Amino acid sequence: MNPVLEVDRLAVDIRTPAGTVRAVREVSFSVRSGETLALLGESGCGKSMTAQAIVGLLDPVAHVAGGEVRLDGTDVLTLPPAQRRRLAGPGLSIVFQDALTALNPIQTVGAQLAEPFRIHERLSRRAARERAVELMERVGIPEPRARAGAYPHQFSGGMRQRLLIALAVALHPKVLLADEPTTALDVTVQAQIMELLRDLRTEQQTALILITHDLAVVAEQADHVAVMYAGGIVETGRVADVFAKPRHPYTRGLLDSVPGEVARGTNLKSIPGSPPDLHAVPSGCAFRTRCPLATDVCAEQRPPLAEAGQGRMSACHHWKELADD
Amino acid sequence: MTLVETPAAIAARRTSWWRLLLRDKFACVAVVILLLVAVSAVVGPVLLGDLAVKQNLRAVNRPPFSLDDGWAFALGSDSLGRSVLARLVVASRTTLSVAIPAVLISLVVGSIWGMWAGYHRGRRESVSMRIADVILSFPSLLLAVVVLYVFSPSALNIILVLAIARIPIYLRAARAESAELQSRLFVDAARTFGAKSWAIIARHVAPTVLPTLFTVATLDFCFVMLTESSLSFLGIGIQPPDMSWGLMVAQGRQVLQSAWWIAVFPGLAIVVTTVSATVLASWARLAMDPGQRWRLTLPRSRRKEVKP
Amino acid sequence: MTEPEKSRPVAEPGKSRPVTTPAVPALSSAPAAAEAPLLEVAGVSKSFHVAGRRRLRALDGVDLRLERGETLGLVGESGCGKSTLARVLLLLERPDQGRVRFEGTDPFALRGKELLTWRRRVQMVFQDPFGSLNARLRAEDIIAEPWRTHRDLVPVKERGKRVAELLEMVGLRASDARRYPQEFSGGQRQRLGIARALALGPDVIVCDEPVSALDLSVQAQVLNLLTDLQARLGVSYVFISHDLSVVRHVADRVSVMYLGRIVETGPTEQVFDRPRHPYTAALMSAAPVLDVTPGARRERILLKGEVPSPLDPPSGCRFRTRCWRAQDVCAQEPPPLEPSGEEPLHAAACHFPLQEPVTVS
Repeated sequence: MNPVLEVDRLAVDIRTPAGTVRAVREVSFSVRSGETLALLGESGCGKSMTAQAIVGLLDPVAHVAGGEVRLDGTDVLTLPPAQRRRLAGPGLSIVFQDALTALNPIQTVGAQLAEPFRIHERLSRRAARERAVELMERVGIPEPRARAGAYPHQFSGGMRQRLLIALAVALHPKVLLADEPTTALDVTVQAQIMELLRDLRTEQQTALILITHDLAVVAEQADHVAVMYAGGIVETGRVADVFAKPRHPYTRGLLDSVPGEVARGTNLKSIPGSPPDLHAVPSGCAFRTRCPLATDVCAEQRPPLAEAGQGRMSACHHWKELADD
Repeated sequence: MTLVETPAAIAARRTSWWRLLLRDKFACVAVVILLLVAVSAVVGPVLLGDLAVKQNLRAVNRPPFSLDDGWAFALGSDSLGRSVLARLVVASRTTLSVAIPAVLISLVVGSIWGMWAGYHRGRRESVSMRIADVILSFPSLLLAVVVLYVFSPSALNIILVLAIARIPIYLRAARAESAELQSRLFVDAARTFGAKSWAIIARHVAPTVLPTLFTVATLDFCFVMLTESSLSFLGIGIQPPDMSWGLMVAQGRQVLQSAWWIAVFPGLAIVVTTVSATVLASWARLAMDPGQRWRLTLPRSRRKEVKP
Repeated sequence: MTEPEKSRPVAEPGKSRPVTTPAVPALSSAPAAAEAPLLEVAGVSKSFHVAGRRRLRALDGVDLRLERGETLGLVGESGCGKSTLARVLLLLERPDQGRVRFEGTDPFALRGKELLTWRRRVQMVFQDPFGSLNARLRAEDIIAEPWRTHRDLVPVKERGKRVAELLEMVGLRASDARRYPQEFSGGQRQRLGIARALALGPDVIVCDEPVSALDLSVQAQVLNLLTDLQARLGVSYVFISHDLSVVRHVADRVSVMYLGRIVETGPTEQVFDRPRHPYTAALMSAAPVLDVTPGARRERILLKGEVPSPLDPPSGCRFRTRCWRAQDVCAQEPPPLEPSGEEPLHAAACHFPLQEPVTVS
């Protein structure tokens, strides 16, 4: 089966007081229907920027500087704005982290959920409303008919996130992006929301792109993972393979940092230093200043994302050393 | 460890205040104008005191921008043949000696009161705000008229009346910001050390609130000068033969159609002084905030759009 | 490049550095109090008035005990009252009922100089490394701030030196003293916050979600720092977090909170391996696990609904509305926090505690 979404050498620039910096560089990945791809990375690694570029919701200070985003083979970045807007909903759709600000506070949730049906399917007010109520029921909101007349602030955090997901999947998108969908929620609610997302993905045969910093969420939810660092992808592959035997020192550093089975009182393995500022990304490999394997070649040559074993890729000059361990 | 720091921020840290000021043309011009006003207020009356009151009935209502009658009449003369330029310079002292104390008193009282009320919240806050509402609901000009009619219209009384009428402005602004700040975590941190409330206000609240209030105060400067001129117009403000810019505007208003310069130049002096003070205040507000200072190294047009 | 890169090993606190004890010796405690726990909270309740005369019961009869040099993990979801409890421990809120004892004395009864001396002994590290530091102050002023109140603690002449010591103790450079908070990264800011908490030489540090705002790779550094500081200085931590894996790593004992009450408490291994309260079991099964070996995925207890509002908590057991084991008695009587027979230190507040690890949903 061909991938439904292919991102090819996507680059995003941001204008800042100190000049233009590249926030996303040469990011390529693809995802198939009914599959979950996780974009994993720490804050500022460019994962959210990548998602915003794909759905065309970049901040005014940022713009796409190159690359292609192909949905079923068509590059959406070159489409005229009107055609691109028509894709929002049935083509590409996004769930944001902050459900309170993503919903309109002065409109009832019923009206907001009916909107996609009115715009894209030109349904009557009543028919659209009916669909909205069905949708609310599907995402697990109790008493949907009565609650359709309520405003966003009258819902709890978890319920708001459900509403946002309902809005995103209303038109059965081919690709659904979820940007840290559970970060703001409590653990028990988090589990419910992830369950819902997974069910919807299977039901609608959607391709799900899960953007997160949480390794455990990736381990449980995703089929494939793309690990990002300082604007670029450093490793891709099936989650089970990557997490079992990482082939990039950054991925391994992240996995080692998780306080899991390490005995209490002993030190966790940590990655020294902190992620680089976009203004001062090291030459060559961006990770070399924090990397235990770094050698001279890492400072001179930027390692390309290259084949590193069956169905996996790594952007490291020394991935073989990790594989041999 | 790498630092999250833009090159511009590093540059700003190494630049001295003086360099920062020189970089900003508007702020430089404002400083020059304010210095000029200050110098004329200090030495003007000594140098030009006689010239300002000397009547020359052969040269009444001379139009400005002509040097036929000597430099003293460069800005024209009034209906008694007195030099407008000399009067402008001499009047700056009275004007500033009313406006500055009035603004300072209301600023000091209003901001301390407001920070105290906002920091403690509760009853102290609501009582203070009701008092402010009462003062504000009373037309300040009417208040001034009543007070100055009952008491003598001396400079001190004018200052006090103007100051009291303006206290609520600072009280409200200071309370709002202080109430927001007192809920911040770094204030909580200071409480865990056992710091006293006044120490916290001085250390954490005032440095953030005061720059805003300074900007408000410079704008208020204009208002106070104009109110003083209205009082003078009603005959209960500065009394002739003393002179102030406000009084000059009031006197010139009667002959505005035949001799516009008599009212316009003092009016212009008020506006230019106020605008300069405002420009300088907004510059100082940025320069005093270590998180914002780097913006001053950018061209003016780009200051607002960029995120730190 | 004007600042030459000094040869400095990558910050690794606790390694190859002379052990410096804090300049402040711990207050000499009365010998009689040596038996009493360092910090004891018993039956503490606290309500807040909110709009329309309603009362929000943030804490409802909370018991807590902290021994010298140990770490107590406090786990719970948002709105469970853990932050209010932290504020009570720091005397920022006065409880409506119950008692707080610090080495046998009631800190709420202290006044003036005694109170000030007490303040030195309990300090706090905040969650938000951005909001908890005043952006207008330099690092040195932030760390030295407590000494402005406690004037006799460190002589003015020695403050610069002491700031440098504290900076190095938390893995920053002495030359960072002149920097402003916004010039540091999130992890470095959290180190600054820890240095400020250490400035008064406390016995107890209340850490309110100290690493939840940090990136994973940096989170491990800060956790290591906290562990090292405990080994060097012998401080006790009350470690508040919603992240179970973090708590499991740092805590000696754990207390689980739900809607203002402690529902389970005990040694970390016992609570994590054999949870007795259904809520604890659900919480642990809900947390995603990082294990990709085939077949490792456990059965998950998916709780119904969300935490009820603390404005209108359920009667009896607070958890009964979401509990799959609830019966009529749960709505009538609040269950007491009782230890089990085999594990005397491990107590749960449940009428029908779990006997063995649950695998059913």
